[in-house]
Amino acid sequence: MAAVVRLVRRSDWLGVPAVLLVLGMFAWPVVSFLAKSVTDPHVGLQNFVSVATDSVYAKVLLNTVVISATTTIFTLLLGYPVAYTIARASGRRRRLMIFVVLIPFWTSLLVRTFSWMILLQPHGVINSLLLASGLIEHPLELIFNRTGLFIAMVQMQLPFLIFPLFNVLSKIDDAYMRASANLGASPFTTFWRVYFPLSMPGIVAGSMLVFVTSLGYFVTPALLGGLRDMMVAQLIDEQVADIGTWGVPAALSVILLCGTAMIFLIIKRATGATRKGARR
Amino acid sequence: MKPGCIWRTLRGAVCLLVALYMLVPIAIVVVISFSSGQFLSFPPPGFSLQWYRALNDPAWTSSLATSVEVMIPAALLSTCLGLGAALMLRREGLPGAPLIRGILLSPLVIPVIITGAAFYSVFRPLGLHGTVLGLIVAHTVLCIPYALTTITSSLAMVDWRIAQASASLGARPFTTFRRVTFPSISSGVISSFLFSLVVSFDEVVVSMFVSGPDARPVTVQMWSNIRGDVDPTIAALASVLFVFALLILLLEAIFGRGEATEQ
Repeated sequence: MAAVVRLVRRSDWLGVPAVLLVLGMFAWPVVSFLAKSVTDPHVGLQNFVSVATDSVYAKVLLNTVVISATTTIFTLLLGYPVAYTIARASGRRRRLMIFVVLIPFWTSLLVRTFSWMILLQPHGVINSLLLASGLIEHPLELIFNRTGLFIAMVQMQLPFLIFPLFNVLSKIDDAYMRASANLGASPFTTFWRVYFPLSMPGIVAGSMLVFVTSLGYFVTPALLGGLRDMMVAQLIDEQVADIGTWGVPAALSVILLCGTAMIFLIIKRATGATRKGARR
Repeated sequence: MKPGCIWRTLRGAVCLLVALYMLVPIAIVVVISFSSGQFLSFPPPGFSLQWYRALNDPAWTSSLATSVEVMIPAALLSTCLGLGAALMLRREGLPGAPLIRGILLSPLVIPVIITGAAFYSVFRPLGLHGTVLGLIVAHTVLCIPYALTTITSSLAMVDWRIAQASASLGARPFTTFRRVTFPSISSGVISSFLFSLVVSFDEVVVSMFVSGPDARPVTVQMWSNIRGDVDPTIAALASVLFVFALLILLLEAIFGRGEATEQ
């Protein structure tokens, strides 16, 4: 008994309200919602069967994976040079660059999506400028298709790639590069054979984080994507809020969550330094 | 030109383009919000505050009021609960610490669409759906991971020898906490409060599922307007939201741990 009392110290009780609130008002709702995938309308796997057999659901799931993967690739291509430059800079320049990446990060998702609507519309900012300059004769179709969706999603996901990657890059010891250069390697060889492999944990952590968060995107595809670019979150919303069914959206959520969990496990395996990135 | 130089120039160009890519869209929204025109055209025909005056409409003011009514209690609650949880998790050898931490961080990991649908299914029978209280509960839960991580990292900086000294000099645990521990983590607590304000104020997806006609935060109102006719009022509102976030970032840099800008 005394051991139990010693095990539970006084300060331990301070965390109990938070744990109770999250268990009661988060874990329980989520679990009971997910449970509907096998209980609604009756017990069984019928919801998963209909997701697996209905071509509409399959198409939406495929869309989700393809859009997320494409977003991840573009984000990595643009984000790597930026993270590299931030990691090599110091003092005020580094702070300024971090600040520039952070401003959109802390701006509401809805506001940023809205700003892309203004820019990408048929008579929006980009098209009017291009038309006025005579570069094009007809407005480009930049919105309600994948082009617009990628332009916006890559911008929104860049901070999620840049920060975890920057965390890894800033810890790479310069001595390795100097050693490589002293041994006669060209700058390109040094980068490709020494620096790039050392940055791999950051690449994995950042791009997995981007991929996972892209899978659950809702606001941006709903406002900027076309009807054919529907993603799984939109399907869940439509089923729950508009149609009022629970079984199929719960099954879709289970699938989305399993994919997310699997990728988080991969990140955890690949690198221990993801929490800082995952936090934001 | 040497190859190294070409690469450096190319890298500089990519960085500049990315900076423009990050900043220009929101800057254009702010510029358009001051337009004297009737449409979202750029460049605007002239300067006017008409769209900010248009925000003085019951639909917007009541939803702005709801947002404030939700964000302040949610930020206070999540910061207090997060502080308690951080103090609990600080202890070494706490049984089940990774599990507890995982549970407390889970609202950040679960996609918001699932959280929203889950709240929608549970809040209606509980009578929380479409109420300010329901929004406060939902936002508090969503802010707890931010509060916990921010305060945990400031607790890691505390010099516990001073707390031990205070205790060995006869101070009661609460006195030690109030006079020694808390002052050294106060900047982390402030950061947690400010981050929670922004998270709550900007939240849209979960709020959509929890809100109703009597309790509709400004983001949800904005969402339904964007899907209909878009006029420059939305640009004015978007600018307000943007400036609010910027202001909080600034406050955080001055009074908090400066964590938002100091990675």
